[in-house]
Amino acid sequence: MSMDRGQREGDEVLLMGNEAIARGALEAGVQVAAGYPGTPSSEIIETLSRFAETGKLYVEWSTNEKVAMETAAAASFAGLRSLCVMKQNGVNVASDFLLHLAGSGTRAGMVLVTCDDPGALSSVNEGESRHFARLMEIPLLEPADFQEAKEMTRWAFTLSEEIRSIVMVRSVTRMSHASGNVILGALPPAARKAEFLCDGAVSDPERGPMISAPVIEKHRLQQEKIRKAAAIFEKSPFNAYSGPERPELLIITSSACRLYSLEAVSLLEAEDRVGILKLGTTWPLPPALLKRVLSTTEKILIVEEVLPFLEEQVKILAAEQVREIGVKTFYGKNDGILPMAGELNPDLVMAAVGRILGIDPPVLSSAYREKLRAFAGLAPRREQTFCPGCPHRASFWSIREALQRDGRGGFVCGDIGCYAMASLFPAAGFYTAKTLHAMGSGTGLASGFGKLGSFGMDQPVIAVCGDSTFYHAAIPALINAVHQNANIIFIALDNNGTAMTGFQSHPGIDVNAMGDASPMVDIAALCGAIGAKVVVGDPFALQETRETLNRLMEGQQGVKVLILKQSCALSPEKKGTKRYLMQVDDTLCRGDACGCNRLCTRIFRCPGLLWNREKKKAQIDEVICAGCGVCAGICPAEAIRCEEAAKS
Amino acid sequence: MTNEALRKDPYNIVITGVGGQGNVMASRVLANMLVRRGFRVTIGETFGMSQRGGSVMSHIRVSSAAVWSPQIPKGRADLVVALEPVEAIRVLADYGNPAVKSLVNMRPIYPVGVITGEADYPAPETIRKAVAALSETSCFLDATAEAIRLGNPILGNIIMIGAVARLGVLPVNRELFAAVIREGMPASRVEDNLRAFAIGAAAVA
Ligand code: SF4
Ligand code: SF4
Repeated sequence: MSMDRGQREGDEVLLMGNEAIARGALEAGVQVAAGYPGTPSSEIIETLSRFAETGKLYVEWSTNEKVAMETAAAASFAGLRSLCVMKQNGVNVASDFLLHLAGSGTRAGMVLVTCDDPGALSSVNEGESRHFARLMEIPLLEPADFQEAKEMTRWAFTLSEEIRSIVMVRSVTRMSHASGNVILGALPPAARKAEFLCDGAVSDPERGPMISAPVIEKHRLQQEKIRKAAAIFEKSPFNAYSGPERPELLIITSSACRLYSLEAVSLLEAEDRVGILKLGTTWPLPPALLKRVLSTTEKILIVEEVLPFLEEQVKILAAEQVREIGVKTFYGKNDGILPMAGELNPDLVMAAVGRILGIDPPVLSSAYREKLRAFAGLAPRREQTFCPGCPHRASFWSIREALQRDGRGGFVCGDIGCYAMASLFPAAGFYTAKTLHAMGSGTGLASGFGKLGSFGMDQPVIAVCGDSTFYHAAIPALINAVHQNANIIFIALDNNGTAMTGFQSHPGIDVNAMGDASPMVDIAALCGAIGAKVVVGDPFALQETRETLNRLMEGQQGVKVLILKQSCALSPEKKGTKRYLMQVDDTLCRGDACGCNRLCTRIFRCPGLLWNREKKKAQIDEVICAGCGVCAGICPAEAIRCEEAAKS
Repeated sequence: MTNEALRKDPYNIVITGVGGQGNVMASRVLANMLVRRGFRVTIGETFGMSQRGGSVMSHIRVSSAAVWSPQIPKGRADLVVALEPVEAIRVLADYGNPAVKSLVNMRPIYPVGVITGEADYPAPETIRKAVAALSETSCFLDATAEAIRLGNPILGNIIMIGAVARLGVLPVNRELFAAVIREGMPASRVEDNLRAFAIGAAAVA
């Protein structure tokens, strides 16, 4: 039902935006692809990994985005087309290398795909990667539908080779995770052989060393490449105008916003009044094309998500050409007709267009709106929480117990992964997790907090970190904490995979992205080697974990590492299986009469455990319960029973 | 494949439920059936954090001519398929209109706030009344109960797809379903899926 090897050139199939991007790379003959998992980008590398083949295509999940970009660049230097893939904030991680790569230039076509997340549907930031294209002076392409996602990715490699620069293709959640019809193209037959030619002079792009110096010369060369890209973009089929010859309003848009704009205009039945210029090449903008289209009207609405990136550039071009094209009125972010934070949708665009043109958007009948009002608020809010049987719930439960017992107001520095929910939804982490920033930042912050003892701070400081995040960015922070002798407890929540994004491999797992056996880097051994004291435990052993934590809190100065190992409830080896059959013993659960104040359901909050309002007792929901057995350990009356399930 | 006319172009479907109920799978299966019929289909989805116990929603746009936005405009759903009852109400509040048809699996998945006693979950009769009032036609199924009888609660999503096929609002049928399932699933699971589909279809008879 998704992309597979059986599909042929000319087939029309339903592909996710990310699969279409992967297909475009395959049709371009990509030979090395590297990335770090992050929603909404992960399916690109996942799809490519299914096509991996010795000597033809190598695919890896790198430890972080910077390493992924370096891996891909090496392939380009050695003459192989390469791809690196990341989510928006991954570009921040890779940006130091990207700056220098833009300077050194590339050889075989190299493409960076970034998937942004306007509206932060699965992120803790609304970062924008488009600005990196301008900042680093590399070309930017943005597909506006599924077929184009494929074509554009394929063409990005050609462009990269033409100007010898990395090219950025930017998608958004609503493209990457949406699906649509795509007609497949041919896959190229031959694979290239790798060789890094490096015996030439510094000025030789074919055989010279790959460096960003001499800086001023290389920088000028890079700006020359950007001018060349602008000239190529003037004729690009990815930019297209549709609408009347002299529209009353011109919409300039790109990416998913093009579909919202089309829909908004159609809902307002304003097709004969509004024209849409859809741009696929969004940096550098093609000036002659813009000049031509801007000349057709006086009112211009720029429809884009989050910051006014296109808007500012269009305004610069319009200002430079004001004598020829006349004075314009611009609508968009700066005048507030469209919001500068959060994602857009057809309704927001319709409201903006309606306001400019004086058209009232269509509304539902008053009778229906009356009914909607009558039933408003009926659906209870659905707060996100750890899965039933999630090891993180057990870990945070023990952290809570240990901190309460300690009584000095200790807290947890959170990090990125499923366990970020502990910071985002306080009840999910039992009100222990108090910070949340970038990958690995929990450890860096803890290292800093852990040095504040000399200023009178005596709160215990705990950093939590998932296994994948550990390799990505926590290691330098942890080494810092050891070297500075910061007083912290570092808890690795090791659930044996990159759970949040769908179990991609990482250096702690013995298979790589392509499913081949690969050496493991052991977290405990690594922590021990840098001089930290290391304890390994099972988070499902609640009492033991709590006792270990209290011991570590009372112990001596320095970095203490606790590795809590237990596979994610959704991991392939656990999913759909139950270790225990659970039951609440009605005779023991004293319900509201028990002094526990419904500890099991009100505080512990596993969705598998319900409060039966008629009986006024706890009850297991057998469909939801994952049979982890943990809740048996929290009931003070021992009313929750677990019985080893028969192995099927 | 023949491209039969749609009742409306684009025809807008919302499939909703709670993370882990197989929402994505249901939307893929239905969309693939429609692509085989020759339509242009867009599925709008978000997954990631929302899957952890949160509400999930897939928007499916079906058209004979154009690619439509992955987000259905407010108040413009033609068909709402809810794998969980209060999710039907949540979706109707945003996308409902007097002509919408609703298909609801009545097995509740209680939000954490309800489990903990902080919020109330409406009674089944209240849910039926609300859905019926906000829809042109509505149909209520016990898909999860049937699926448990089949041996796997997750099959509730396919039972709902069987029910969609039987509603007669889309040109899809058992043969198309079988073709899509055979292509996208290991052979060992095909039989259960076909049975689930048949149960759903029978429930709307
Ligand atoms: S996916 Fe795994 S780690 Fe994430 S919340 Fe669920 S059980 Fe926990
Ligand atoms: S055993 Fe208890 S804690 Fe574990 S999933 Fe079932 S209800 Fe939740």
